[in-house]
Amino acid sequence: MIQTDILIIGAGPCGLFTVFEAGLLKLRCHLIDALPQAGGQCSEIYPKKPIYDIPAYPSILAGELVDKLMEQAEPFKPGFTLGERAETIVKDEEDQFIVTTSRGTIHRAPVIAIAGGLGCFEPRKPPIDNLSNYEDRGVEYIIKDPEFYRGKRVVISGGGDSALDWTIFLADGVASEVTLIHRREGFRGHLDSVQKVMDLAEQGRIRLLTNAEVMGVDGEGQLQRLTIDHQQQGELVLETDHWIPLFGLSPKLGPIADWNLNISKNAVEVDTFDYSTNVPGIYAIGDINTYPGKLKLILCGFHEATLMVQSAFKRIYPDKNLVLKYTTVNGVSGF
Amino acid sequence: MSMIKVTVIDREGEAHELDAPTDMGMNMMELCKSAELPVEGTCGGMAMCASCHMYVKSHHDLPEKSGDEEDMLDEAFHVTGESRLGCQIHLAEDLEGLVVQLAPVG
Repeated sequence: MIQTDILIIGAGPCGLFTVFEAGLLKLRCHLIDALPQAGGQCSEIYPKKPIYDIPAYPSILAGELVDKLMEQAEPFKPGFTLGERAETIVKDEEDQFIVTTSRGTIHRAPVIAIAGGLGCFEPRKPPIDNLSNYEDRGVEYIIKDPEFYRGKRVVISGGGDSALDWTIFLADGVASEVTLIHRREGFRGHLDSVQKVMDLAEQGRIRLLTNAEVMGVDGEGQLQRLTIDHQQQGELVLETDHWIPLFGLSPKLGPIADWNLNISKNAVEVDTFDYSTNVPGIYAIGDINTYPGKLKLILCGFHEATLMVQSAFKRIYPDKNLVLKYTTVNGVSGF
Repeated sequence: MSMIKVTVIDREGEAHELDAPTDMGMNMMELCKSAELPVEGTCGGMAMCASCHMYVKSHHDLPEKSGDEEDMLDEAFHVTGESRLGCQIHLAEDLEGLVVQLAPVG
């Protein structure tokens, strides 16, 4: 079990800055994030995009901002549980929260800060009615262990790097048969990967279907065949053992919706005095919260994090007085 | 302030006629959000999420899709020849009378 002072759900910019502000008050933090790396949207969606409204940075790439926030948090030694989604929150008899993740990791803390941004990033699922019947029965959205596909017939859908990379990997003596299906003629993704896939198709080592889309899944208890709509050839039926649709990730509010918090328009309602939710001890900061006048800006999330940790301190140490100390006086190591 | 009229058909089929300013650097995603229509605009208008996917139903001559927009529509579902990302449709005088329909959430 991981014990900390403030358990931060979401390791985006706002969650990372919370570590720093909490650190100044000698509060320790641990962060949970469903993504395998810290940085949230900044790392996952737009690491190479410049941001222009961070004070004192006329322009900074989102990925660089995350690196700098990590560096700023580092003296306070935050803990991380990455690649796991926070699933449940319960209270124990000592008034502490117990948070369990999708992989069963247990965390315990007197205060929770939800800095969940847009929610959890989850694979985009094609809109096929009976698709859920075949999930983990031949349909997988993430490749966890490529060995799982050894000697199997595999169909991959998508036009991005992950679709290209996995096609190349599985075609190299892993799967018995690999088909790549893409809606368009052209592929985005690295040029050398695109070239490799074209070469494999030419050599007959993979089947490449462009201008095609999977429209239906079928099988007895297990995926057996796909119905494909092909622009030139019309409807095709393809026998397969696995279908791996790789259409990127999109954010979903996810389990946060089940934590008895007041939710309005996919966001958690908070009191702007200290960004507390309706559940004492649980705060929400950054893009995940809402209040009159809310602006979804990183800048505003930093401010919210700063005020929130003051309130968290008083909750953890009700008898201690808090004095604002400036980092200019003692530096950061002084804390 | 210069205004044009555009129509947004929501996912229930209801048409909303909106006054759209053309001098504020706004796009269709932002216009829908400001009218409280159910458009997420998750990525903030960078053509990186497809949550503002819409179909252009009127015969307006829109600028060509950028590579980013094409790529993103690749990952979206329910894509047709009329598909565009709302955040890439910039409100301008020549879009007077534009009609769009919100694509299903997917």
